[in-house]
Amino acid sequence: MVAITPLRSPESGSLQTDKAAALAALESMLAIRSFEEAVDGLFARGLMHGTMHLSIGQEASATGVCAALKETDYITSTHRGHGHCIAKGADLTRMMAELLAKQTGYCRGRGGSMHIADTKTRNLGANGIVAGGIPIAAGAALAQKMRGETNVVVSFFGDGATNEGAFHEALNLAAIWDLPVVFVCENNKYGMSNSTELSMRVEKISDRALAYGIAGETVDGNDVDAVYQAAAVAVARARSGGGPTLLECETYRWKGHSKSDKNLYRTKEEIDEWKAKDPIERFQEIILSSGLVTQSEIETLIAKVREGTRDAIKEASAAPDSDPAELLSSVFREAN
Amino acid sequence: MTDRIITYSEAIREAIGQAMEADPNVFMLGEDIGIYGGAFGVSGDLYHRFGAERIRDTPISELGIVGAAVGAALVGMKPIVEIQFSDFTAQAMDQIVNQAAKIHFMLGGELSVPMVLRAPSGSGTGAAAQHSQSLEAWFAHVPGLKVVLPSNARDAKGLLLAAIDDPNPVIVLEHKLLYKTSGPVPEQMYRTPIGVADLVREGKDLVIVATGIMVSRSVAAAQQLAAQGIEATVIDPRTLSPLDMTLINDAIAATGRVILVQEAPKHVGFMAEIAARIAEGPALFSLLAPVKRICGMDIPIPYAPQLEKAAVPQLEDIVAGAVELMREP
Repeated sequence: MVAITPLRSPESGSLQTDKAAALAALESMLAIRSFEEAVDGLFARGLMHGTMHLSIGQEASATGVCAALKETDYITSTHRGHGHCIAKGADLTRMMAELLAKQTGYCRGRGGSMHIADTKTRNLGANGIVAGGIPIAAGAALAQKMRGETNVVVSFFGDGATNEGAFHEALNLAAIWDLPVVFVCENNKYGMSNSTELSMRVEKISDRALAYGIAGETVDGNDVDAVYQAAAVAVARARSGGGPTLLECETYRWKGHSKSDKNLYRTKEEIDEWKAKDPIERFQEIILSSGLVTQSEIETLIAKVREGTRDAIKEASAAPDSDPAELLSSVFREAN
Repeated sequence: MTDRIITYSEAIREAIGQAMEADPNVFMLGEDIGIYGGAFGVSGDLYHRFGAERIRDTPISELGIVGAAVGAALVGMKPIVEIQFSDFTAQAMDQIVNQAAKIHFMLGGELSVPMVLRAPSGSGTGAAAQHSQSLEAWFAHVPGLKVVLPSNARDAKGLLLAAIDDPNPVIVLEHKLLYKTSGPVPEQMYRTPIGVADLVREGKDLVIVATGIMVSRSVAAAQQLAAQGIEATVIDPRTLSPLDMTLINDAIAATGRVILVQEAPKHVGFMAEIAARIAEGPALFSLLAPVKRICGMDIPIPYAPQLEKAAVPQLEDIVAGAVELMREP
């Protein structure tokens, strides 16, 4: 079992001024980066099967949003879901075991990268269908409302998902029913190779909130504190019965869409420009220069996270492979 | 408790009402199911009994409706979705096929989707090609979905209550011509087990396997055949997934002749699966004549009444098919 220190809302109201919350946020971002780099490496060495959608460069949106959530709040995630999963508190060993096709993986080898869910941390699952999780999030939020619970549901999705019918139907339902859901669009500029300039006429994705009569906001998705602040407002609105929000986080994926991507649709200059806006380095600089944390505290954290990733790989690799003999066992759930 | 004679749609409404009284997690969502009472009148007065929260009217938004039901089901609710016409499930197919059906398996067995999706199916109302299809084979082809076709009022209630109890997604396809038909239905709650076929009629000469509206049509055909000295067994599988072949195999062993009747187009229809199971299994060696399928034509359902009637099996087609089959060596 390897998991990050649970994220927390800063008592000061800002991740830049609350040491414990800042360190937890940094640890989350470092852990996502480290996990993704490890996966990339294992894949390159032929030790990992299938395909992967890495979220390197997008660590701040997953982290900032999850920092605004309670343990009992739910999330739905996407094909690029490792970061959401880690930020919500998943066990890195079980994640790695799933990617390595092990019996001890979150899905016992049935799902792989695109289908990891973790009931314990109320992660309702990554999703291989673009926009597939958005109506599901609305439904989970409907259940909270009908039961008088105060939990909020966050639905993560990308810019490409906002051109799907499911996005529009889900936002409309959430709006008319005032559901406690926050729709978090991680706008990384490309739906696979199709840029937002080509795929939509609106200037900002958050403008689409207007069509449903709900709040919409765009934040710098590489600024973890800005993401946290905006998410905290949206989550509070949802929790208090104020209905849904469409929160757009502008960010960028450093790696290709998936393993088949040759980056033909974007320039090296553009990628480098965004690498210069690295959400992790930016946050480190802010909290170092303000004196909130020391260099050695950061180094300790980096070492801890690296060791965690190594442990996750080691523990996962030692686990038994997933077993074809029990393939039929969870097509249907047995009645109680 | 004695049975009353009530309609198929009253039986469905009674099942929903009883399930909602028994379990606060059960709720219904769909288009025009509230004050309107449902396009086919199935939800009726449920809105007045349970209110707008639990008899939840939705916009015309099938993908959103089914997705919301999947999400609610994932966190412990027991939604009953009404899709106004089964044809409109095409709008919601991602949530049905890629989400509801696969989540339990794909996520390693931790979460499940205890959702019921009810939809009126079949032709005979003059509503033409986009409101008259029999799409059961689509759903039966997807692992992870249970598919139920109640053919009478008693089963409509019992199968629906079993579907609501089931921790998996269950597609219930109700034939719209059956809604106003009546039959004996117990007043108390009871479950008709999913995955158990029904022996509707016994006869020594041949077996007719039929689904949905074709069950009562086959029974009527069997009565006419009896007057000609041909005694037919009629079997209603009731559930397409999971499929119970035991009764069918036993009846073929006893008679040696089988007719498979469905309203849906013949090509790649569900009866092709039953025919294949017969060919694979012990029943093959009991056959005295080839398996005969009487199915809908391989065309979209047309509007004009004489065309619509000609597109799907009628009583006389089943009778003629049986007589023909009895002439085989």
